Amino acid sequence: MDSMTIVAVASIVTAGITTGFGTMGPALAEGKAVATALNSLAEQPDASATITRTLFVGLAMIESTAIYCFVVSMILIFANPFWNHVIQ
Amino acid sequence: MHLTPDEIVFWQYGFLKLNATIVFTWGLMLVLALGSHVITRRLSTGLDRSRWQNLLEIVISGIMKQIEEVGLSQPHKYLGFLGTLFLFIATASLCTVIPGYEPPTGSLSTTAALALGVFVAVPFFGIEEQGMGNYLKSYVKPTFIMLPFNIIGELSRTLALAVRLFGNMMSGAMIIGILLTITPFIFPIVMTVLGLLTGMVQAYIFSILAAVYIAAATRVRKPKAALEAKH
Repeated sequence: MDSMTIVAVASIVTAGITTGFGTMGPALAEGKAVATALNSLAEQPDASATITRTLFVGLAMIESTAIYCFVVSMILIFANPFWNHVIQ
Repeated sequence: MHLTPDEIVFWQYGFLKLNATIVFTWGLMLVLALGSHVITRRLSTGLDRSRWQNLLEIVISGIMKQIEEVGLSQPHKYLGFLGTLFLFIATASLCTVIPGYEPPTGSLSTTAALALGVFVAVPFFGIEEQGMGNYLKSYVKPTFIMLPFNIIGELSRTLALAVRLFGNMMSGAMIIGILLTITPFIFPIVMTVLGLLTGMVQAYIFSILAAVYIAAATRVRKPKAALEAKH
C-alpha cells in the first residue's frame, strides 16, 4: 500500500470511530444529569428556575466534549492536512 | 458543501478577502444597530408605547435579571458587554430562516474573536472591581502551586468557549447541507428548526458562562482580619 492509501484509510476509519465513541460518554453523562435534575425538581418545585438554568449550563458543558470529537471528525474529512500533503 | 462560510469568497485582492463571514457579520451589525437606533428614537415613559419598544424592554430587563441571578450585583455595568454577546449570537442563529444566509458564528474566526473578547473582559472587570493587586493575588489562591493551573484554566476556558459555539453552529449547517443531498423534502426543515433551538441555547450558554467568569473575577473577598474581628 502506498502512503496515499494509508493516509486515506486511516483518516476515514478514525473519523468514523472518533464520532462513534466520542458521543457515548457525553450521552450517558447527560442522561444522568437530567435524571438528577428531575429528582431535584420533584423534591423542590419552587427552585425550578435555578435548577433548569443550571441544568442547561451543565448540559452545554458536557455536550462540548462531544462537539470536540465531531470537530475532529470534520477536520479529518474536509480539512485534512495529511491528505492535502499527500495528494500534491 | 463547505465547512465554514469563510470558504465563500466574494472578492479578493492579494491576501485581503471579502468572504461570506465578513459580509454576514456586517449585515447583522447593521440590522442590530440601525434597528435599535430607529426604535429608540422616540421613547415614551408612559403606558402608551410602540410594540418594538416593548420588545426591547422585555429583552433588556430579561438579560439584566439573568445577570443579577448569576451573582453580579450591578448588572448595568456589564449589560453592554454581556447583552451584546447574547444579542449578536442569538440574532446570528435566528436569521438562518432567511434563505441563502449562513451564520457567521459557523466560522472559527468569529467565535475565536468573541471568546478573546471574554478573555480580555474578565481581567478588565476584575481589576476595575478589585484593584490590580487583589486581582493578581486571586491567581495564587488557594496556594502558590496553583498559579500555572489557574493560568492554564483561563486559556482552556477561552478555547472551550470558542470551539463549543463553532462546533454547534458548524454541525447544524453541515447536517442541513448533507441532508439536502439525501432527502431534500421535509427533513432539512426539521433539522433547521433543531439548529434554531441549539443556536438560541448556545447564545444563552455563551453569555451566561461569560457572566459566571466575570462574577468569579469580581467577587470581592472579605479580608480575613475583618472576619475574625467580628467574633
